[in-house]
Amino acid sequence: MAAYSINVNGESRNVDVASDTPLLWVLRDSLGLVGTKYGCGIAQCGACTVHVNGTAVRSCSLPVSAVGSSKITTIEGLSKDGSHPVQQAWMEVDVPQCGYCQAGQIMSAAALLSKTPSPNDQQIETAMNGNICRCGTYHRVKEAIVLASNKLK
Amino acid sequence: METITKTNRRDFLKLGLTATGGLVLGFHWSNTSASGLEVFNGASVPAGEINFNSFLSISPDDVITIFSPNPELGQNIKTSFPMIVAEELDADWKKVKVVQAALDTKRFERQLTGGSGAIPHSWERLRKAGATARHMLIEAAAKRWNTSSGSLTASNGYVIHSDGRKLTYGELATEASAIPVPTEVKLKDKKDFKLIGQAIHNVDNLEMITGKPLYGLDFYREGMLHAMIQRPASFGMKIKSVDAAAAKAMPGIVDVVTFKNNVAVVGKSTWEVNKARKVLKVEYEKEGNIESTSDHDRLFKELLDKPEATVRRKDGDVEAAFKSAATVIKREYQCPFLSHAPMEPMNFFAHVRADGVELVGPSQTPDRARMATATLLGVAPEKITLELTRLGGGFGRRLQADYALEAAELSSIIKAPVKVTWTREDDMMGGSYRPAVRYRFEAALDAKGNLIGYKLRGVGINAGNSTREDNFPSGAVENLLIDSIDHQSPITTGAWRAPITNFLAFAEQAFLDEVAVAAKKDPVQFRLDLLDKAKQSPAGAIKYDIDRMKGVINLAAEKSGWGKKKNLAQGFSVYFSHRSYVAQVAEVEMVKSKPVLKKIYAAADCGIVVNMSGAKQQVMGGIVDGLGHALYSQVTFKDGAVEQRNFNNYRLIRFNEVPDVEVHFVDNGIDPTGLGEPALPPTGGAVANAIFKATGKRVYNQPFTLQEEMKGVKLGEKM
Repeated sequence: MAAYSINVNGESRNVDVASDTPLLWVLRDSLGLVGTKYGCGIAQCGACTVHVNGTAVRSCSLPVSAVGSSKITTIEGLSKDGSHPVQQAWMEVDVPQCGYCQAGQIMSAAALLSKTPSPNDQQIETAMNGNICRCGTYHRVKEAIVLASNKLK
Repeated sequence: METITKTNRRDFLKLGLTATGGLVLGFHWSNTSASGLEVFNGASVPAGEINFNSFLSISPDDVITIFSPNPELGQNIKTSFPMIVAEELDADWKKVKVVQAALDTKRFERQLTGGSGAIPHSWERLRKAGATARHMLIEAAAKRWNTSSGSLTASNGYVIHSDGRKLTYGELATEASAIPVPTEVKLKDKKDFKLIGQAIHNVDNLEMITGKPLYGLDFYREGMLHAMIQRPASFGMKIKSVDAAAAKAMPGIVDVVTFKNNVAVVGKSTWEVNKARKVLKVEYEKEGNIESTSDHDRLFKELLDKPEATVRRKDGDVEAAFKSAATVIKREYQCPFLSHAPMEPMNFFAHVRADGVELVGPSQTPDRARMATATLLGVAPEKITLELTRLGGGFGRRLQADYALEAAELSSIIKAPVKVTWTREDDMMGGSYRPAVRYRFEAALDAKGNLIGYKLRGVGINAGNSTREDNFPSGAVENLLIDSIDHQSPITTGAWRAPITNFLAFAEQAFLDEVAVAAKKDPVQFRLDLLDKAKQSPAGAIKYDIDRMKGVINLAAEKSGWGKKKNLAQGFSVYFSHRSYVAQVAEVEMVKSKPVLKKIYAAADCGIVVNMSGAKQQVMGGIVDGLGHALYSQVTFKDGAVEQRNFNNYRLIRFNEVPDVEVHFVDNGIDPTGLGEPALPPTGGAVANAIFKATGKRVYNQPFTLQEEMKGVKLGEKM
């Protein structure tokens, strides 16, 4: 066990965990931030996507020891009330079915749009291919990304 | 048409006031188990308050609470159920609060998710729940205003007097609770529906997009332990010995417990448990057959040629028909085992106490989980509570109670509250799979191309009856024989979204396409002609609705411009499953000499569409599900062990692999017939038939992309 101080959603948080503990389980088990989901544990499904210094990262494969002073943003920190343009677009398009993967989808989409506000189809596909939706909401995910992109203009 | 309907006393046994006043229809029930939740924010209320469980309550401050009893796993029941109540209540949807009800078999019937049956089962009972309350609110207003109820109407959450005065439902709720529950209640004329048929957004959207705790895996409680379970890697093996010394010495580990074929590592956090589990030393020994996919492949061929099988349907004289045939077509189709692979892996929380058992988690059949727990632990069912979380997908996997039972058994052994979490690998390896099946179809055509004989044999691994003997084209062919053989295996199988039909439909619709081509008929016209024949001179019993099936065929053909597109190869498929009908047209374009799937049109008849947004997505999602598994997914076994362990080698369809989808509904005004599954089965056939049209190649086995004839083809990928 070792003590770590990590910056999550703008706050400094102290945790005492093994150094190889993935950020995902620090968020969920230690910090009670359960919006970040476990789906595969090997960075294949994207359910655990968070932002590390603004970049979409699979938190299941990032050990806490590697976080350092990076700024972590989880779905809970994207906005306080669901007012982020990507979240708003998700509501307007009525994207979720079971909803389990959607926090990860939103985090991937938000990271994409923060760097590429008007992505083309290929850029959207590249950004979103790592997020599996078992319910098959891909069409609406795409629609919502396009809508969010328009909102950001 | 107005419907006068008798109130079902079971749904309205008690009428009472809530703790804060207001109208409650249904039972009065106090929840004894809702204290101290740390993170989870399900339907619980703080300790000491009274929780009411029924379809509907109305508080004096005008909050309309509608309880949704069925498990929500993405089929959108939690939005569409309350819409039906609110419609007949004439409630203001903006004031409706939807609450997931815990398991309560005294108040709710069929509190489960499966078989696309919830809306068909509850349609009338939900309408009556709303209509009954509406009636009582109007009567209460008539009393207050000292007038006859005939001069009053209800609309958008108000009772309105003919002179313009109006009262909110909240203002009337307490008085309405004193009005006797009517034994007969008038339901709306369907043409007057205001809410039903609208695109109403998912009631949990805000919680889902902000990452609120909703799912079983999100349940945490102070003092709760975490556990993972090591199960045999191979079906047919059992534990011989366990050496847990190293695991027990790992940090954060509380205990290692062996029960049945399970070695449970119990600790203080998910990651510590996961790490400790890797140093377990467990030896296994043979208990039953150790089977591999190569064994199944051999077995299928043997079984298909076996003289005896279980006859499922026999019409006319099939042998004579085949003897007299001008053309005989014989084809075989095989599908692999599949994992359900819901995005949320299996998990359950259990706390077995001296005075009862508390279960919390995602289940499609909460009552099965409770009753099985009661039997296992020897506890009276009424001492077991089960709180339903939202389910991160189900697809049939959570019809099984195994993972809830494990948690209950473990909690009873360690005498502590515990959440058992499955890893994705556990989920893949310890699943209850969609059974592997092989089919042989035979068709006899006369010299004019008429289908005069039809044979189908299904052979499966723990598949039960792998046919659906009464499905089309049964009833349209005079001489028909459908039989099946099942092989009993240690590999556990279970219902997988659209059980059996999720593959049978592909095989049947691909075969009929081949028969139509052999008969030199257009595939759509071929099916329509068969249906006309079934109507005019039915061969044996007909257990599907011919007109509804023709309705979706015609709609899909119309919307897709069937046969009119020059540069696109179209493939057709239609299927009846559960109670609904869906036809699909897939369009493939040859790009650089390779087929690319561009679009799928769907025409669905599920009766009245309750929620247009949810229904459209249900069809689109069903198509994506059907397409993805037809193209990519398979579970294979080597020496009893699953070879695919995670999403790196168990392929699910991804974002860039879906074609455009266009959805249409038949508007026929009949009561809803369900939509959770029926859009999935037709997809594989439509796609396979379009591939044939484009390339001249037939694909007979799933997953398509792993077959020899599809080598080098990336069907779904955009070019």
